[in-house]
Amino acid sequence: MTGDVACAEGGLAAGCLFFGGYPITPATEVAERMSERLPEIGGTFIQMEDEIAAMASIVGASCAGVKSMTATSGPGFSLMMENIGLAICTETPCVVANVQRAGPSTGLPTQGAQADMMQARWGSHGHYEIIALAPSSPQEIFYQTITAFNLSEKYRLPVLVMTDEMIGHLSERVIIPDAKDIKTVSRTRPKGRKDRFKPYRPGPDGIAPMAIAGEGYNIHMTGLTHDERGYPVMTVEAQYEMMDRIMKKVRQNLDDIIETEGYRLDDAEIVIVSYGVSSRTCLAAVDEARELGIKAGFLKLITVWPFPEDLIHRLAERVKGFVTVEINLGQIHLEVERCTAGKAPAFLVGHPGGTIIPPERVIDLLKEAF
Amino acid sequence: MTQTKKSSGHPLDGLLRLDRIPHIWCPGCGIGTAFSSCLIAMKTSGIDLQKTVMVSGIGCSGRGAGYVNLDSYHTTHGRAIPFATGMKLANPELNVVVFSGDGDLFAIGGNHFIHAARRNVDMTIICINNFNYGMTGGQVAPTTPYQAKTTTTPAGNPERPFNLPLLAYASGATYVSRWTILHTRDLMESIEEALKKRGFSFIEVLAPCPVNYGRRNREKALDSLKIYQERTIIKNDAHPTELDIDFDRGVILGKFIDLDQPTCTEMYDKTCRPKDLLYD
Ligand code: SF4
Repeated sequence: MTGDVACAEGGLAAGCLFFGGYPITPATEVAERMSERLPEIGGTFIQMEDEIAAMASIVGASCAGVKSMTATSGPGFSLMMENIGLAICTETPCVVANVQRAGPSTGLPTQGAQADMMQARWGSHGHYEIIALAPSSPQEIFYQTITAFNLSEKYRLPVLVMTDEMIGHLSERVIIPDAKDIKTVSRTRPKGRKDRFKPYRPGPDGIAPMAIAGEGYNIHMTGLTHDERGYPVMTVEAQYEMMDRIMKKVRQNLDDIIETEGYRLDDAEIVIVSYGVSSRTCLAAVDEARELGIKAGFLKLITVWPFPEDLIHRLAERVKGFVTVEINLGQIHLEVERCTAGKAPAFLVGHPGGTIIPPERVIDLLKEAF
Repeated sequence: MTQTKKSSGHPLDGLLRLDRIPHIWCPGCGIGTAFSSCLIAMKTSGIDLQKTVMVSGIGCSGRGAGYVNLDSYHTTHGRAIPFATGMKLANPELNVVVFSGDGDLFAIGGNHFIHAARRNVDMTIICINNFNYGMTGGQVAPTTPYQAKTTTTPAGNPERPFNLPLLAYASGATYVSRWTILHTRDLMESIEEALKKRGFSFIEVLAPCPVNYGRRNREKALDSLKIYQERTIIKNDAHPTELDIDFDRGVILGKFIDLDQPTCTEMYDKTCRPKDLLYD
């Protein structure tokens, strides 16, 4: 199946029962699959009037107690930013898949890119933490969409699946395991007296249990800065306390959240860093480099945000340099460069978008720079 | 204005978040009256309050959700309706009430309004129309009368306002009414009727914003109430095309539309679900 279909199937396997969408190339097939599958299993699909509404609808559905998601591409992702912020501030779980295409603006609608990575990190206003995953095959899209739901439910925040046109439209074999073999996570629900419940009082794990609409907790949720009761409080202290919670729940669980993979990394002198479709370029490039006697290894970022800062930092102590390969003109490259703290040089093999990067370009850079 | 004090055993105590009173609404503001009419209607309607949610957008009226002691959601500017749509479709057992202002629902949120009406999503929309953006200090809104003064139309509004009931009707709303905060009994009855009715219900409530709109248009809070009394005509079943707001000619109030049509959820279940999945 294609990556887009695998994304829908991953969502369903994770327990998604609501999809609010809006057509956009190259993500439309996710919505199409959901429109077919959800009503069969008691869920609901709706095509909203725009992506602003699609995002608002999935935040609402999640507050009503249902796992929810949407899928889009660049222009729609821009429109979703407002309510991604609402989900962050109200700590509402949901999943957004961005099947990236080349931008800016309408760009190349049918051709892929990886240029929304910084938008994924910082696209909604204000400061916050977010989780973004980057699959490199339809099979990975399937699993990572499940992981996205699980992390989203566990940490109560929107999780982004940053796929792209190439793998979204790539058809490959996808193995879907039995439901009993798929681990799914659901948000912690409150216990105890309803009248004493504080919607934003964190549990021992730093995350507040979530009451859903209609259960009698009479909760209030707002995008204004709020206290533990969920009530708006317009003070610096309240802002500090709320921000502390939404930052720490991610920052203090980096080991649980961040996933990376290494390929021929143990003895590598040069680390190639990449994610998503460009991982495929890098696997080929590493083998070729080794044949040429260049000791390259590949670090694949499965979780792009939060960024594996410590890992890059540690690697920088012992390697000769880094090469980031991505279909943009330097986004994750900036992160790598930052995390090397000047201990090793960082290079970019980038592309403005529309096609994949051939391994030769990586080899050329390796030959030139090292 | 909500006349609730902590000590006074107010009939709406159970429905108000007393720990959030005093509210932010200015003296003479009409929102509080509309809000308490809404709460009374919720009580008298006999709907299951545990299954009732209030969703608001942004603005003075949008603060409504913050004061009601129900599951309540204060969302983003203009997006109360799509948020509420997600809630209703995800859990059709919920009674969904959207309480927000004219700028929120019809300028930034206009697109969402017409589509939710078209779909006949089963929800009740209470729109406080005070002819301007109160929260931000009195700017022109899509409801501001022609030539009225606001901070962004210092020479008078050069644009024409929406006729909201006509817009609601044309978009497919199955219940449409308009009242003012002076007509509290009619307003409460109308809200109660809308709450009990399935389908997309729209109630426009004319309310004074003396601080920002009234002040710039030589209309004190009491003047507004006087106008609501003297220059309104109750005419149920009036055709929505007659409902332009012009206080010089008289503004028509009443219930204009009351239709029984299948809701969004009913049509979805009927059309999209396999027949053997149609439980209740
Ligand atoms: S600014 Fe106007 S609408 Fe807002 S609370 Fe004051 S009087 Fe009411």
